[in-house]
Amino acid sequence: MCRSRPATSIILALGLFLMPIGISTAEESRYGFGQPATEVDITAWDIDVAPNGVGLPHGRGTVQQGATLYAAKCAACHGPTGTEGPKDRLVGGQGSLATEHPIKTIGSYWPYATTLYDYIHRAMPFPAPQSLTPDEVYDLVAWLLHQNGIISKDAVMDSRTLPAIRMPNRNGFISDLRLDVPIH
Amino acid sequence: MNVRRDMSLFDKDVRPSSTEDMKQEARIDRRTWLTSAASLVGATVVGLITPALPSSAEGESPDPTRVPGRGPSPYGVRAQGETTQRLTIATHSLTPHHALHGTITPSALHFERHHNGVPSINPDRHRLLIHGLVDRPLTFSMNDLARFPSVTQTLFIECSGNSGQEWKGPTGKTVQETHGLMSTSEWTGVPLSTVLAEAGIKPDAAWVLAEGSDAAAMTRSLPLAEVLNDALLCYAQNGEALRPEQGYPLRLVIPGWEGNTCIKWIRRLKLSTAPFMTREETSRYTDLMRDGTARQFTFVMEAKSVITSPSGGQRIRPGFVEIRGLAWSGRGKIVTAEVSTDGGRTWQAAQLQHPILSHCHTRFRFGWRWNGDETIIQSRCIDETGYVQPTRAALVAALGVHSFYHYNAIHSWKIDRQGNVTNVQV
Repeated sequence: MCRSRPATSIILALGLFLMPIGISTAEESRYGFGQPATEVDITAWDIDVAPNGVGLPHGRGTVQQGATLYAAKCAACHGPTGTEGPKDRLVGGQGSLATEHPIKTIGSYWPYATTLYDYIHRAMPFPAPQSLTPDEVYDLVAWLLHQNGIISKDAVMDSRTLPAIRMPNRNGFISDLRLDVPIH
Repeated sequence: MNVRRDMSLFDKDVRPSSTEDMKQEARIDRRTWLTSAASLVGATVVGLITPALPSSAEGESPDPTRVPGRGPSPYGVRAQGETTQRLTIATHSLTPHHALHGTITPSALHFERHHNGVPSINPDRHRLLIHGLVDRPLTFSMNDLARFPSVTQTLFIECSGNSGQEWKGPTGKTVQETHGLMSTSEWTGVPLSTVLAEAGIKPDAAWVLAEGSDAAAMTRSLPLAEVLNDALLCYAQNGEALRPEQGYPLRLVIPGWEGNTCIKWIRRLKLSTAPFMTREETSRYTDLMRDGTARQFTFVMEAKSVITSPSGGQRIRPGFVEIRGLAWSGRGKIVTAEVSTDGGRTWQAAQLQHPILSHCHTRFRFGWRWNGDETIIQSRCIDETGYVQPTRAALVAALGVHSFYHYNAIHSWKIDRQGNVTNVQV
């Protein structure tokens, strides 16, 4: 995976030299396959949410609404308070990562609050993914962040407030040193 | 094959899928195809073993040279009595390496890992969308993708959680349990770079989000410069269309990278300047170190090897035993595989099966004469970068025991005086 700059320069120089005699240009190397994607095509599938909040929809959620929704749609798998399971524990564990018994939860481990929206919307509830409205996802995000002691019980989650949250483990991740890959 | 009946045999640890399978195995036993001490579920046929010659009067079937065989069939199935199968768990299934030969994993036995089941996809309606930092957002049908110049590569795929339970001790009983989250197939498709070039990559694009059309909408952010090198959008496995559980009709295969990056049922690629920090690259598939920090974007699967036979759950007899195993590296080719039959005190070079391919399982073999004493057998490998597969002690010293992913330590199998093989750690 090593790339040397001199080699790249030589290839670029060759490319510039060859272009005028029409050996290869970006346009000519295209095959013309595929169809232009329309805005409708893209919007229908473009569900990702970035750490800076790009992709978050309009809507709002509260801790109180989230508590009701969580009890109805999430507690069966994650436990009444988000700590009991049987599936992934969602709450608690802060300060445990460097101990003999690390507990990885939203509050102790997840570096970005926006990931909560992205993941709950795309993959939860497990039997009915992508079935929640934006307000419902914001409600659940609010409740989970409050349970983890990250926001107050009166906080409102929306496309402006969610990306502004700084998660406790925000600086807990280091890029794999084995590859020369820029992360940002 | 002229193999003596009384040579060492492996007592295969297989789990019959049904009572019908068990009946099949019982029939084989009655006909004394194998002479090894049969386990509770019976022994399966090993390729190297020549069956005893049954008299035509014995058993239900007459001498096959006196009865016309069945005719051709439109789609083949394996021989009756061959019951080797994946071990299925809620979210994954494990390849039975103890019972396989060579390097290619049969498609039907390729391990599975999915995050909310195997979707049912109509290939005529499937589309791949490319958007974000591109000049021309495009959608491709499967027919469009099949028109591009194609390539074929034989590659392993290993889940980064393969052997993950072994961090905390010798957990798996068989090699299927300890190393079953890896398989090798011949993959065919179109280079990702070819398809992205069709859309035109903008200069500031540095990452690409790959998203599946399963019920988890499984998603990973991948560094563009790296995947432009060698990632493939594959539509075929071992010569035919992908199996549904392998991503039918389209999946990514990234040579040497952890399996979860090889997004199955792929339907969307979005180019961006930065990673998206999805759940699968923050909460999951990150490696917790003992200081409480976690390594992220640990894509490459490091060099690793394992003895597949004799392995846990099998039984050997004194005399000649061919030790067989697999070695592989996410960094390229395997250069050396070594075997120890004395618990790691001394090492000897194993024979490597050629051709040795990059990012592919390499079969190794080592002829050994077991004297009946209790011992521990191990394998270790070195790849073309000079990386040496670490001992468990060295791996744990470097990473602790909470990483869960990327466990690639030397694996130990203990052989007791009865010839029984069990998983141990030294």
